[in-house]
Amino acid sequence: MSLLEFARGPALQAGIAIFVFGVTWRLLALLLLPRLRERSVARPGSPPAVWAGLREIGRRSLPWTGLPKASLFGTLNGYVFHLGIAIVVFGLAQHIVFIRGLFGVAWPNLSSNLVNAVAIVTVASMLAALARRIASPVLRLLSNVDDYLSWLLAFLPVITGVAAVAHLGARYETLLAAHILSVALFLAWFPFGKLMHAFLVFVTRAQTGAFFARRGAEA
Amino acid sequence: MPDRETIGEALSRRGVSRRALLKYTAYLASLMALPPVAASAMAEALAKARRQSVIWLSFQECTGCTESLTRSFSPTIEDLLFDVISLDYHHTLQAASGEAAEQARLAAMKENAGKYVVVVDGSVSTKDDGVYSTSSGVTNLQLLRETAKDALALISVGTCAAFGGIPHARPNPTGAVPVSEIVTDKPVINIPGCPPIAEAMAGTVAYLVSFGRIPELDHLGRPKSFFGEAIHDRCYRRPFYDRGLFAKSFDDEGARKGWCLYEVGCKGPITHNACATVKWNGGVSFPIQSGHGCLGCSEPDFWDAGGFYTPLSAGTRRVGEVVAGAALAGAAAGVASVVLARRRKAQAAAAEASAKKEPTP
Repeated sequence: MSLLEFARGPALQAGIAIFVFGVTWRLLALLLLPRLRERSVARPGSPPAVWAGLREIGRRSLPWTGLPKASLFGTLNGYVFHLGIAIVVFGLAQHIVFIRGLFGVAWPNLSSNLVNAVAIVTVASMLAALARRIASPVLRLLSNVDDYLSWLLAFLPVITGVAAVAHLGARYETLLAAHILSVALFLAWFPFGKLMHAFLVFVTRAQTGAFFARRGAEA
Repeated sequence: MPDRETIGEALSRRGVSRRALLKYTAYLASLMALPPVAASAMAEALAKARRQSVIWLSFQECTGCTESLTRSFSPTIEDLLFDVISLDYHHTLQAASGEAAEQARLAAMKENAGKYVVVVDGSVSTKDDGVYSTSSGVTNLQLLRETAKDALALISVGTCAAFGGIPHARPNPTGAVPVSEIVTDKPVINIPGCPPIAEAMAGTVAYLVSFGRIPELDHLGRPKSFFGEAIHDRCYRRPFYDRGLFAKSFDDEGARKGWCLYEVGCKGPITHNACATVKWNGGVSFPIQSGHGCLGCSEPDFWDAGGFYTPLSAGTRRVGEVVAGAALAGAAAGVASVVLARRRKAQAAAAEASAKKEPTP
């Protein structure tokens, strides 16, 4: 079995299985936890919890006009690589056929040259995010192994993907195998580290929104 | 044609001029990306060389490789085999049969010990001592070991001989293996393909005869001059790949416009061969030009590499059952952790209640 066959077969299968297991486990374990009964009286005129939660998800997903200057770069850079990853993952034809193989759904792809350009910007943006984390004393203090490992496992698929498409450094089969293996690693780590924020960010924002709205406070 | 005459004498006797020989070697040299002076050096060497004794062994194969060579254009098998080499033994092409054929092989081996080249097409059956493929009561395994013993070098023609090919595909009932797994003490040149490109075979033999050495090989034992580049890198549809224009099926607009066949399973990006440059049938076409994706036939285990129509970036295993099982297991783990948490909470509440009932002294 070649490295590419291993990557496309057992490695990818195992990565997906661990991802599904871990995400299901963590989400259920969180959402089904017993919650404290709300004993306070809701502030008059406060919106229903569901609406407040959804509103908060939307509000925090848009750039905040009152952003302090110090976090402006971090916020904008965050948008750049998150959107970049989304464009690369869902816009490249090779990724769409991969998703089609899993779920049977497909959509028109973007130009490969455009996706490549976005991928290179994404690489630069992710490197900048790491540099900022290391350079900032506060961020460095707040960071642990999980942060760096999650960054690395998110960065590897992007950089190996760029190399595979451009045929840089090795034969295509080797680069493609490295790319798929890095995706399998990413999927396997996803539920257990900070990458899980992709799901939990909506839960925490909704909870915060509902909690604050009940008290009549701006979240 | 007397065996001991030079190739130049033989060609001259057949009316092949020096100019024609130079043209032929220039063609081969350009195919193999050799420097311009190599053409004349090759012509000189070929003209002076004694005819190379070749013993051709056919094992677990379909004769497609021989068909490919005998039906090639220029250089034809006649150019190559009958003018350049002395084909002393070949099941399909030799006139002799039975015991006489075997005697011809043994005589060639004795006369040219240490100097003859063994060409093999077909994989070698090894299971149960190789009884699944025999000729003249001798297994392929025995015949290969016996013939390779005094050979100068071996050339594995076709993917079956080079990598095991279709007989080697799962479940491999005959225990088929490539030649290189049996013969480990002689140089083995692999010229894979199903079938291989005739020019790759001709060029390699001409190089061997002209320069008396083996051409530069890649990590899979293939001449780099023919197998150094991926088909994808020299494919005329490559610009469509770069622009993200793909045929989604074999009869859609993209297919009619000649767009890249990656999404319908083309293995060109991982297949190293000269199909996109040398092409087939005298340079007329090659599979991708004819509208079908590359199958990757010059790579090991191409038959078991996940399906001819599965795109390279897609997984090769079904994940539906695995995902369902993982989701169920994850749900069970999630519910179990919640049950434990609720139990701990209930125990804590009970402990708190009992503490309240018993007033502190």
